[in-house]
Amino acid sequence: MSVMVVRKKVTRKWEKLPGRNTFCCDGRVMMARQKGIFYLTLFLILGTCTLFFAFECRYLAVQLSPAIPVFAAMLFLFSMATLLRTSFSDPGVIPRALPDEAAFIEMEIEATNGAVPQGQRPPPRIKNFQINNQIVKLKYCYTCKIFRPPRASHCSICDNCVERFDHHCPWVGNCVGKRNYRYFYLFILSLSLLTIYVFAFNIVYVALKSLKIGFLETLKETPGTVLEVLICFFTLWSVVGLTGFHTFLVALNQTTNEDIKGSWTGKNRIQNPYSHGNIVKNCCEVLCGPLPPSVLDRRGILPLEESGSRPPSTQETSSSLLPHSPVPTEQLNSNEMPEDTSTPEEMPPPEPPEPPQEAAEAEK
Amino acid sequence: KNQVHNLQELRRSASLATKVFIQRDYSDGTICQFQTKFPPELDSRIERQLFEETVKTLNGFYAEAEKIGGSSYLEGCLACATAYFIFLCMETHYEKVLKKISRYIQEQNEKIFAPRGLLLTDPVERGMRVIEISIYEDRCSSGSSSSGSSSGSGSSSAGGGGAGAR
Repeated sequence: MSVMVVRKKVTRKWEKLPGRNTFCCDGRVMMARQKGIFYLTLFLILGTCTLFFAFECRYLAVQLSPAIPVFAAMLFLFSMATLLRTSFSDPGVIPRALPDEAAFIEMEIEATNGAVPQGQRPPPRIKNFQINNQIVKLKYCYTCKIFRPPRASHCSICDNCVERFDHHCPWVGNCVGKRNYRYFYLFILSLSLLTIYVFAFNIVYVALKSLKIGFLETLKETPGTVLEVLICFFTLWSVVGLTGFHTFLVALNQTTNEDIKGSWTGKNRIQNPYSHGNIVKNCCEVLCGPLPPSVLDRRGILPLEESGSRPPSTQETSSSLLPHSPVPTEQLNSNEMPEDTSTPEEMPPPEPPEPPQEAAEAEK
Repeated sequence: KNQVHNLQELRRSASLATKVFIQRDYSDGTICQFQTKFPPELDSRIERQLFEETVKTLNGFYAEAEKIGGSSYLEGCLACATAYFIFLCMETHYEKVLKKISRYIQEQNEKIFAPRGLLLTDPVERGMRVIEISIYEDRCSSGSSSSGSSSGSGSSSAGGGGAGAR
């Protein structure tokens, strides 16, 4: 006699989060919705390294030194670990204001703007703050109904406000913000090193083997070499350049978003109040500073409203690798011009692909 | 005499009058600090000094969590050296301080705020944006700490939209 086990479906908070994110593994993994380019990144890295280990490494380990594949493996593992960390973690999303809080803020805004004389346009929702003796403006986000902290920005692709927003990177399939910037930086750094390493040893391999059996024979024997060299060549120009750009940003404690908008440059602009003035200190803070935990509480359990028991189904609460899409969200208010800075990795330093949006945003 | 209130009891039997939101104070940069300005809605409910002390203590905790110094660098470098796998088994310094904060808030609620018909919500549950203080209606005399005898309206805890802001 079989016993019917009725399992209550537990609703976790990630299922009801607004924003255009994809969640996997029952809320443990968080990514943007479009993941195609991320899969491409994975494929390129895994594919190139597999070819390298399978062909060139076997020859070089014997001819030169067994340390060569060991270092390659270490670099490969480190860059994969940092890539997955960047892609799967919460970049620092600021949860939206609950209705009570939103109403409270609206009331405050009305109280402040009440002083505006008749006939004038209501001023944009901006609060001025003083940071380290310089005035910084806080903008109100119409979608999230909060005043954004300084350096935070709203990502239009993920439809979230992100703290210390750097940019939305399609190559890692996620936003890059406060919580995952260091992983992103370490990823591009280790990927640059890995690319240079693989490129260099491919050349060495071809050179060594050509001496013995000739150039064309070498290519015929391991055609993968050509592919690897091509991929590495193009990757070099983009990723190494990007690493250089981000090293510059880290040294000055700036974000890509601020650099593109020119927040701290120009004659009449204020200096970056977040920089310590010292390159080492800036690097230490950005890369080794304390890591704030995620405030999204994706795996928290929502109070059971009506979802009672369901007919028995297997593996319902166990981690599934199928992405669950959250409930679609409200439209972006047209007053809000969110920053959209996806970094094309073809040229260093990256140019914003959508200048009109940036210009229209201006300083409202 | 301070009675330790059962906070669930408070939520169920008292009715929510309004909520006050203490905003972040960005004058020191992006670190997590809250404004110590005393909101007028709390004027009749709690002494200014007690409130300020609570907020200042919380600010102190957050400053400790985000402190940039030798130990945080060490943690960062160690984590980097292990390709961040160490976070699978170890709690970060920040998380430890957040736990301390949560215990502190619970303690403050039990000892100071609940007897006055107030309830502090941990900022971590509000995305570190605000300290939410729920003000419950005082049915009996203002000084005493009784939870209002259950009238029909019952409870509306944080989930329901409370009566907006007054």
